[in-house]
Amino acid sequence: MMLRVRDLRKAFGGVHAVDGVSLELPRGEIRALIGPNGAGKTTLFNVLTGQLAPDAGDVWLGGERLSGLPPHAIWRRGVSRTFQITATFATLSVLENVQVARLSHARRSLALLTPAGRLEVERARALLALVGLAAQTERPAGVLAYGDLKKLELAIALANDPAVLLLDEPTAGMAPAERGELMRLVVGIARERALTVLFTEHDMDVVFTVADRVLVLHQGRVIADGTPAEVRGDATVQQVYLGEGA
Amino acid sequence: MSASLLLVQLLSGLAHAMVLFLIASGLSLIFGVTRIVNFAHGSFYMLAAYLTYSLAARLSLGGASFYAAGLAAALLVGLLGLVVEVGLLRRVYGAPELYQLLLTFALVLVIADLVRWAWGTENLTGPVAPGLTGAVPIAGQLFPTYDLALIALGPLVALGLWALFYRTRYGILIRAATLDREMVAVLGVNEAALFTSVFVLGSVLAGLAGALQVPRQALTTVMDTAIITEAFVVVVVGGMGSVFGALLSAILIGVIDAFGVLVLPRASLVLIFVVMAVVLIVRPWGLLGRPGGPDAAGAGTTLAADGGRVPRGLVAALVAALVVIPPLLPPFALWLLVEVLAFALFAASLHLLMGAGGMVSFGHAAAFGLGAYGAALLMLQAGWPMPLAFAGAPLVAAACSVVIGFFCVRLSSIYFAMLTLAFTQIAYAIVHQWYDLTGGDNGLLGVWPPPWLAPPLRYYYLALLACGGGVALLALIERAPFGLTLRAAVYLKGSVFPESLTVGVSIQPLVMVLLGGVETLAGAPVGAAVYKLLDTVVTRYTEYWQAVLGGILILLVVAFPRGIVGSLRSARR
Amino acid sequence: MRGRGARVLGRGGVRRQETLASVSCALAATCLVLALGAVPPARTQAPIKIGEINSYSGIGAPFTLPYRQAVEMAVDEINAKGGVHGRTLEVLFRDDRGQPAEAIKHAQELVAVDRVTLLAGGFLSNVGLAISDWARQHKVMYVAAEPLTEALTWSKGHPYVVRVRPNTYEQGRMLAEKAARLKHVRWAAIGPNYEYGKRAWETFRDRLKELEPGMQVVGEHWPALGKIEPGPYVTAILNQSPDALYVSLFGSDWLAFVREAEKRGLFQKMFVVGLLLGEPEYIDPLKTEAPEGMLVTGYPWYDIGQPAHRQFVERFMKRADREPRLGSLVGYITVLSIAEALRRAGPDPDADRLSAAFRGLPVTTPIGTITFRAIDGQSTMGAWVGTTKLDRKRGVGIMVNHEYVPGERVLPSDEEIRKMRGGG
Repeated sequence: MMLRVRDLRKAFGGVHAVDGVSLELPRGEIRALIGPNGAGKTTLFNVLTGQLAPDAGDVWLGGERLSGLPPHAIWRRGVSRTFQITATFATLSVLENVQVARLSHARRSLALLTPAGRLEVERARALLALVGLAAQTERPAGVLAYGDLKKLELAIALANDPAVLLLDEPTAGMAPAERGELMRLVVGIARERALTVLFTEHDMDVVFTVADRVLVLHQGRVIADGTPAEVRGDATVQQVYLGEGA
Repeated sequence: MSASLLLVQLLSGLAHAMVLFLIASGLSLIFGVTRIVNFAHGSFYMLAAYLTYSLAARLSLGGASFYAAGLAAALLVGLLGLVVEVGLLRRVYGAPELYQLLLTFALVLVIADLVRWAWGTENLTGPVAPGLTGAVPIAGQLFPTYDLALIALGPLVALGLWALFYRTRYGILIRAATLDREMVAVLGVNEAALFTSVFVLGSVLAGLAGALQVPRQALTTVMDTAIITEAFVVVVVGGMGSVFGALLSAILIGVIDAFGVLVLPRASLVLIFVVMAVVLIVRPWGLLGRPGGPDAAGAGTTLAADGGRVPRGLVAALVAALVVIPPLLPPFALWLLVEVLAFALFAASLHLLMGAGGMVSFGHAAAFGLGAYGAALLMLQAGWPMPLAFAGAPLVAAACSVVIGFFCVRLSSIYFAMLTLAFTQIAYAIVHQWYDLTGGDNGLLGVWPPPWLAPPLRYYYLALLACGGGVALLALIERAPFGLTLRAAVYLKGSVFPESLTVGVSIQPLVMVLLGGVETLAGAPVGAAVYKLLDTVVTRYTEYWQAVLGGILILLVVAFPRGIVGSLRSARR
Repeated sequence: MRGRGARVLGRGGVRRQETLASVSCALAATCLVLALGAVPPARTQAPIKIGEINSYSGIGAPFTLPYRQAVEMAVDEINAKGGVHGRTLEVLFRDDRGQPAEAIKHAQELVAVDRVTLLAGGFLSNVGLAISDWARQHKVMYVAAEPLTEALTWSKGHPYVVRVRPNTYEQGRMLAEKAARLKHVRWAAIGPNYEYGKRAWETFRDRLKELEPGMQVVGEHWPALGKIEPGPYVTAILNQSPDALYVSLFGSDWLAFVREAEKRGLFQKMFVVGLLLGEPEYIDPLKTEAPEGMLVTGYPWYDIGQPAHRQFVERFMKRADREPRLGSLVGYITVLSIAEALRRAGPDPDADRLSAAFRGLPVTTPIGTITFRAIDGQSTMGAWVGTTKLDRKRGVGIMVNHEYVPGERVLPSDEEIRKMRGGG
């Protein structure tokens, strides 16, 4: 099992954002995480990546316990993510954006004071080529088209050669045609590298074409977990989620 | 004006600009990456100047003593930065960002007393820089070689910083963190180490600036506060977090200041603040800042004010205590209580701006002071009876606030704070220099209550009525009546001074609000009471009141990182 | 929102603990206040308490320590001789931080809680005026030591305030009378941008104009107090090419100005007149950088021949292990004056008796007898006027060719004072 989550809990004041979530992700699986607004999806992501400390429960990557580690340590162990709101460094060049993400490999602080080595830069360029941004490496990220920004985010998330990729609404705000293109890119890379992917998504067409399995969250609890077909047929899901106009 | 005068004046302005740049670049860098508004930056600068003075006298390296001492002092201050960041600031990164501000304010107090204790209060003149003591003729006038060296050094430091930022991997991290530090953390960068290194780098720059001032200026125990406001102005005009913006704005301000001497000799108090106000109105994010960039007041916006509705019975008990107990108290205790009440209202109204409005105002003192002046002038000049003037004060303050607010509210966060600061300083300068109306720095004297109100007890009840009513009103409407701050204490002290308009007074209530807790309105009055009483008691027993007060503040911040009331609440959960 | 440390607050919690906090704070405050108020009133044989408010931190801080040391010395000396009316003197020092509002808080506390018999001290003019106004309202005697503004005893004077040190008007006049003999025509001025700086220049200029109607003002400069960036000012002054420059800068502003002015050759190009700048407070920190040939008021303690003064200097140096400043002399004389007034006021002094005692009170001091004038409470203590020179042996600037000008020579007549008070 690549990623194992056991009875995870996180509350804010009286609100239980994540209320006893357990899940298991085998290596290479692409799983969608869906649920109505406020279901706790983003909070779950934040706990998985260490930005929030859980109140209870564990997260394991392979044989290693992740819960309790700071974000940078979790990232170094191979869990990376993208954000719902596009997060890139606007005034840094596209190449530098990817370099930031690769810098965590430079452990010695003095090494930081040297220019990035040739190999380092080559790797960053290769990643950008992989997501289709080879022609734009020197432009500031701030001037990229929206679709390209999303690709850049993907490149950043891939920079640490992750084992697990968490994508928070990867296609939010994109035109339907672009969504398909981006998700095909994600799937292609994931299959090629045997990446484990967990993604949230509002667009049900994307969910049901891309995901191997679908997990449904409602009020912080898992209410369904199965193949797209199983979830589509689940009465509870239809009632609390699909019924709400999705 | 001759061309040679203009040239030499330009060079003089540039030399000043380079010192400003050094101190402001460190401040901007620290803010950009860690979001800390480091009030102690000026203290680091002062400490480095004093260290340079002492080390230069002790080192026996001949002509190199001064330079070695300056470098050593800058590094020592960097070391202090390391201790402060790791030992104190790191403990409160999880708290709302403004608590870090409270902590640095406490450090200002502690370092001020440390310097007072170690070097005494008398002015000192440090060594001159060997080899750079003379002057060279430029366009027929003598110009100091040391200033020329500064003009050369500034760009060198800027170039060094540029190489660091754009030619090293560390630089990429710093620029990335300035844009979005949380994302950098998620990308596997050890945020703690990055923050520490940046804080140390910024402190070293402050130290360098302090060391470089030694041959030009006298050492005084007020160097810290004298430079810090100016440094903030440079940072804000340049754009928070932008080191090159700081260079540009330091040059702008240094040169405008130098030419102001020729053209507007009486404007020395206010000139740079006018420049700041103009820049911010035209370009609200500073010269090289980014719209929607770093947001220091984020804490305010993420903290929804939840009003803190206190059960009625307990409010009644508290009010009853405030009504019943005072007749048993001696007059001085009453005076003190009036002061606490006035500041409680002041802090509460500031809290509303911060908590509900999500705005941090450094200019709250403007409203406070204008209220006080309004009341005093209505009484002295217009001959109004006191209670009427008392009611008129908030109207005067409100009118001014509308004008200030018109320019300010469209800005967000730290820029809002700094623009309010600019207006405060402008108001201060006007009051300070308009002798006929305001009495200048001597203040307005003889603003005493009429005989029927003179007994402290009666006066106390009037203040209780006004301040209690004010706080209740604030609690009810949850809005920010800027001008509601009327200063009851004015009448007990019988005078109004320009100091009531200064930034220091603006910081005090900010400290009170933070001390009590920004999350709840109840925090503001509690913070006001605790701060005022601490202050009064501590000054009675030690001349090192700043160190003691600062130490207590540090303990409180570390022990109650969400303010007193906020921490008590979360402790109960 | 992408989970930025989500500081969302709960809304459901009971607010009892918050209220408890408020109430306990209020109770703590009350107890504290009661404790402060519980100090018992003075009994007859208890010491006579003097509340001393001064700038021990802030902008005045560099100058107040030598003052305080001399105050303590004088009190010890008086107490060693049995005190006044069999009661010892006790001084309670308070720090006004250079802020008038803070000074008033201390005045209230000293009078109400500590039951002091009178208030003394003050360095900055605005602080002195604030204490004085409070003293008038609350009928408490205030002996101002160092504040220089003439308003204190004149336009804003009242029966409960007296002042020891010669004011700006007196010192400006002393300098103008000497400067007039030098026949300089083109004058420039530089001073701190607050009332002291401007009044210091105006009194000098007005008197000079009376004596030398041909004088012209070619430039006035007003840097912010404590924040001077002197280079541009020096250049500006040089380009106005005055024959003489009047300086009312002091403290760190003056020290920084000297450094810049020396490098740019200002002192070679014009005659400089400096208010107070011969005082060790301002000339000693310059060490060998002190400019020579300036006309100044000051305090040449190293060169004052009266035996009483020599003994004062000796005792002070032995006790404080440092050289005296003018503040030391003023502090010493302030305590001597208070003791003398207390003697005259009788065993049970109150503000009115003290006020009456101070009117026309002669006090024997190390520099001779001074008198507190009946009309305005201004003492007739004078100042030394002389020229600066470097003492290479000691490594500091000193005053030479100095003359002691007693206050009587420059103070306005009673008639003029009445006009000022009536019109002010």
